[in-house]
Amino acid sequence: MAEIQAEDSLSARGHVGMYAAIAGLWVRAAWVYRTSFVTLVVANGLITGLDAVAIWIMFSQLDLLGGFALHEVALLYGASSLGLGIADTLIGSVERIGEYIRTGRLDQMLTKPLPLLLQVCADQFTLRRLGRITQAAVVFAWAAAYVDWTPARVGVAVVMVVSGGAIFFGLFVTFSCIQFLTKDATEFANAFTYGGATLTQYPLTIFPREVMRSLTFVVPVAFVNWYPCLYLLGRDDPFGLPGWLQLCSPVAAVAMVGVALLTWRAGVRRYTSTGS
Amino acid sequence: MTRPVHHPLIDVRDLARTFVRRRRIGRLRRTTDTVKAVHDLSFTIDAGEMVGYIGPNGAGKSTTIKMLTGILVPTSGALTVAGLEPQRDRVELARRIGVVFGQRTTLWWDLPLRDSFDLLQKIYRTGPARHRENLGRFVELLDLQDLLDTPVRQLSLGQRMRGDIVAALLHDPEILFLDEPTIGLDVISKGRLREFLRALNAERATTLVLTTHDLQDIEALCDRVIVIDHGTAVYDGSLTGLHQRGGSTRTLVVDLVDEAPPIDVPGATTRRVEGPRQWLAFPADASAAPVVAAVAAAYDVADLSIQEPAIEDVIRELYSTPPAPPG
Ligand SMILES: Nc1ncnc2c1ncn2[C@@H]1O[C@H](COP(=O)(O)OP(=O)(O)O)[C@@H](O)[C@H]1O
Ligand SMILES: [Mg+2]
Repeated sequence: MAEIQAEDSLSARGHVGMYAAIAGLWVRAAWVYRTSFVTLVVANGLITGLDAVAIWIMFSQLDLLGGFALHEVALLYGASSLGLGIADTLIGSVERIGEYIRTGRLDQMLTKPLPLLLQVCADQFTLRRLGRITQAAVVFAWAAAYVDWTPARVGVAVVMVVSGGAIFFGLFVTFSCIQFLTKDATEFANAFTYGGATLTQYPLTIFPREVMRSLTFVVPVAFVNWYPCLYLLGRDDPFGLPGWLQLCSPVAAVAMVGVALLTWRAGVRRYTSTGS
Repeated sequence: MTRPVHHPLIDVRDLARTFVRRRRIGRLRRTTDTVKAVHDLSFTIDAGEMVGYIGPNGAGKSTTIKMLTGILVPTSGALTVAGLEPQRDRVELARRIGVVFGQRTTLWWDLPLRDSFDLLQKIYRTGPARHRENLGRFVELLDLQDLLDTPVRQLSLGQRMRGDIVAALLHDPEILFLDEPTIGLDVISKGRLREFLRALNAERATTLVLTTHDLQDIEALCDRVIVIDHGTAVYDGSLTGLHQRGGSTRTLVVDLVDEAPPIDVPGATTRRVEGPRQWLAFPADASAAPVVAAVAAAYDVADLSIQEPAIEDVIRELYSTPPAPPG
């Protein structure tokens, strides 16, 4: 309830502005140590880029993976990795709320006149994930050269990236809320979120049908890249699902963010602080 | 003509908060037990008061502060602060109060003090002019000028505490809550902090609610003391009244030049002798001056100091004596 009140007192635009202002201060503070900042960005790009290299190596042995050519898999990979990079950047410290609870940091944030989620997301904001985003953008750009672009496809591509970020954002926040209930559940949450993210780097046709089903209807990460990419590539659904699903990414994004906000609110309401 | 109804700034009625704790028994079995951290707690505080909230460790002080500031939802009871319901109106309340937790910092560990203060200006959306004026004033009063560019991690506990107090005051709160602000500080830092808080209350009429387990904080700052024990208030009134009711004693520690038999002066009784050092008890609500004068007149004194009673002793005495008749 506290969060709803907050929405009233500061418009959505005000919230975005506030987020940007706080994030900006963190970026400025990090810039004091630019050498180490740049090193971190490059390292992040290289490490996450290994996934792309792995796919490339695989294709030295294969022509098709699950019925998809290299440039098609690269498109899937690029889209998924972009969404992940954006979400990872925007959520800031959400994954670490367990630590924030233990150290009393969350108590401190609750005494500040901003919605808690906004504060946690903006806290310690870092652009380190620019490494992943850049790397993903390069792969995506290369794969995009093979796409037969039409205005509708450009629109779907833009919506895909935004929705992808939102879906991962919602997923991270939802699973982080486990930490309101039990301590040290970070590993468990990470297994789900990063695990789901890793699966989306490949065409879902290489997995059993159940994987496709659960990534569509349970943890809807298939809408991050799989369905919209099928549209961009002009392909029919390999599992025979209806074509309109390929345009449903924004719906999945709104649903996922909604679930995240509700879970977060429930978590905050059950918050018991920490004994001294 | 109707007079406006008097609304206290803080109104607490039958407040309770329980915690459920999971405990492991044996290897697999678990049990839960319920801790009544606060129960049957009622009091009101008016604007401009300086109230000491005192009790031993685990009495429920922090839990009360967390409910008053909107961090924790009460399990039951009614609670308004500045006309707001803390948990429901958390964001609005946050603009009107300042909160300092003694052992925790609100500052950002990796940032210089100045950057932390800038962040707070953004978070509270304080006008630049007012921010600059408040910052200048508080930084000067708390002597932090030379530390503004130091990362918080490099500050001493006392310096950090002063930084935290500035952080809590930059948005001109009506009420300042301090949870054990003097814990771990050396005598000089404690003294300086108390002096600052007194000035703040005098200049800006800021209402102060501070928890402590050190009676000296109360002595120096508060006209009113609420004693909490096992989750509920056991005394609410003046410090003198507390001492009278409990019959508690302060201790005069006398270092004589030479060893001597137990000192015998009117108004005090000698409790302990150890070489040239002797401990004299006298009523906590009486002035120390006549006792000191009598000792100094009759003996060669090297050094003197006065010890406040420990809060645990005061509470024990509260329980062991029947309430004093009203009047
Ligand atoms: N978050 C919490 N979870 C479980 N028990 C708690 C929590 N906070 C406080 N308690 C318990 O409630 C009681 C009161 O604690 P607290 O309010 O911190 O006391 P004080 O601040 O007076 O030392 C203690 O028994 C403490 O262990
Ligand atoms: Mg405490």
